[in-house]
Amino acid sequence: MNLKGIAIKLHDMSLRDGMHPKRHQISIEQMKTIAAGMDAAGVPLIEVTHGDGLGGASVNYGFPAATDEQYLRAVVPLMKQAKVSALLIPGIGTVDHLRMAADCGVSTIRVATHCTEADVSEQHISLGRKMGLDTVGFLMMAHMIGPKALLAQARLMESYGANCLYVTDSAGYMLPDDVSARIGLLRQQLKPETELGFHGHHNLSMGIANSLAAVEAGARRVDCACGGMGAGAGNTPMEVFVAVCARMGIETGVDVFKISDVAEDLVTPIMDFPVRIDRNSLTLGYAGVYSSFLLFAQRAEAKYGVPAREILLELGRRRMVGGQEDMIEDTAITMARERGLRPRANAA
Amino acid sequence: MSKIRCAIIGPGNIGTDLLYKLRRSPVLEPVWMVGIEAGSEGLARARELGLKTTDQGVAGLLPHVQADGVQIAFDATSAYVHKANSDALNALGVMMIDLTPAAIGPYCVPPINLRAHAGRREMNVNMVTCGGQATIPMVYAVSRVQKVRYAEIIATVASKSVGPGTRKNIDEFTRTTAGAVARIGGADEGKAIIVINPAEPPLIMRDTIHCLTTEKPDEAAITASVHAMLAEVQRYVPGYRLKNGPVFDGQRVTVWLEVEGLGDFLPKYAGNLDIMTASATRTAEMFAEEILAGRLKLQAA
Repeated sequence: MNLKGIAIKLHDMSLRDGMHPKRHQISIEQMKTIAAGMDAAGVPLIEVTHGDGLGGASVNYGFPAATDEQYLRAVVPLMKQAKVSALLIPGIGTVDHLRMAADCGVSTIRVATHCTEADVSEQHISLGRKMGLDTVGFLMMAHMIGPKALLAQARLMESYGANCLYVTDSAGYMLPDDVSARIGLLRQQLKPETELGFHGHHNLSMGIANSLAAVEAGARRVDCACGGMGAGAGNTPMEVFVAVCARMGIETGVDVFKISDVAEDLVTPIMDFPVRIDRNSLTLGYAGVYSSFLLFAQRAEAKYGVPAREILLELGRRRMVGGQEDMIEDTAITMARERGLRPRANAA
Repeated sequence: MSKIRCAIIGPGNIGTDLLYKLRRSPVLEPVWMVGIEAGSEGLARARELGLKTTDQGVAGLLPHVQADGVQIAFDATSAYVHKANSDALNALGVMMIDLTPAAIGPYCVPPINLRAHAGRREMNVNMVTCGGQATIPMVYAVSRVQKVRYAEIIATVASKSVGPGTRKNIDEFTRTTAGAVARIGGADEGKAIIVINPAEPPLIMRDTIHCLTTEKPDEAAITASVHAMLAEVQRYVPGYRLKNGPVFDGQRVTVWLEVEGLGDFLPKYAGNLDIMTASATRTAEMFAEEILAGRLKLQAA
């Protein structure tokens, strides 16, 4: 694979996707310190939002330590060269949130839908573009449909005004050929000026390999998380990918040692548990289940006595999509009832 | 017994399903179907069922309102044209039931406030949203027992049951539903989330209701209230089912529902659409009963 001389833009996820393993409890101070470290290391774009995007604060997904607005107003002014992005999932957040984020000074708005439902993003994408933001269409759980079907959805988002389209492997299920087929077809068929991006999860340890396949097929933005802190087994670890890119001659503009110091000294110490591949996060990647379901399934196991792995497999069988966190406790209760288990009295 | 005569505006899926339900009503008689396209399948279907039709919009209905004794109209078109439709018909003394998100009249969730609206002789009531009709009764079932400081609902619907209008303006769903969850459900603050799932075969509508109470929840009283409300909604939506809960976790009370439609014109999985047409029918019946009993005389407004 010869990718020498290709310039790509890395986009950090540790302060947004990384909110999932932190139960959205990253403090404003931690956000500021980590973002400043990444800014100094040369990371060009950093996402800052509730794990489930703007407006994600809820019983369903978890209430965060601070509001989206507080996080953004704290981080954006500190950045010397990095820009800040925000995620918005229609159905959870609204254009009011988008306007707020723009007012806070984000450069990029990423509008995310399930890979088959792009047409719910029209009002948000067109507004983002009209406001002059770098506007990204983010097609989640992209393993669930084939390249042609994905292209049709990407075309919708492109027609609404997205200047960049993402193939999002929310379950960490894809293998490099899956990535190449999707990015490759989008590259062939979308407008040449439309940028492409890839967002990976490391549940099958394919974050680096898939990101390279994406770059080879034409992606010029790659999502990584410093210290790998993201949902499931985390996202493509930034410091590892930066080192691999440096070896291969792919230009990222990020300093290998500085970013590994941020990962080691700033991100890893705030983790509540090691974000890694264990039997449950492996199951996400193996069965194609939305990565942020992980902690919810583990909590349901503690309360209802049904193994998290079996809950996750059942959610996969029922073709649950991102956002259906409410169905995890429901599924666990139903499974426990079928098995004659009683909830554990003291578990929360 | 005489029936109250009705007009349906909008011969699409919702309007046609509504037509099927109205035909079964002991107190309502659908007589007009109003569309804007001459070749509309919905208008043809309505004609086959014996209704008069016009493809000239509400303007095509107005000259016949008096002669045909139309007293109640249902608007199943879009928020953009609703006000004009409503004003024109209200001026002739026709009461309007609004199934669009326009919400120029008060929200109506039958088991909670229908009787009050009928008593106040409202000339325009709004049916909120599908998620609102499915979940607000349960928020109310908790808030009538004790104070709810925050209520949140998650409505998951089959991709095939979500039309282009809702998709184009999904924010309207989240905003309107959240507002009504608080105002009609009786919570200090409301939040609404909608998830669209494309699984095949299509999933039956699912709804989750989380309430956060200010004091420790009274488990026995809330459980009894939830079951009573379930029976109340089942009177007009038989497929309204409790899947799990209420679960009590600290000050959180959670109820999981499934809403299966009757499968009149819409498929059974589209409980989200069925609960709108069923609620609208139930609302019209209550007004019709009042009119037939001589307690309510509609006035031009």
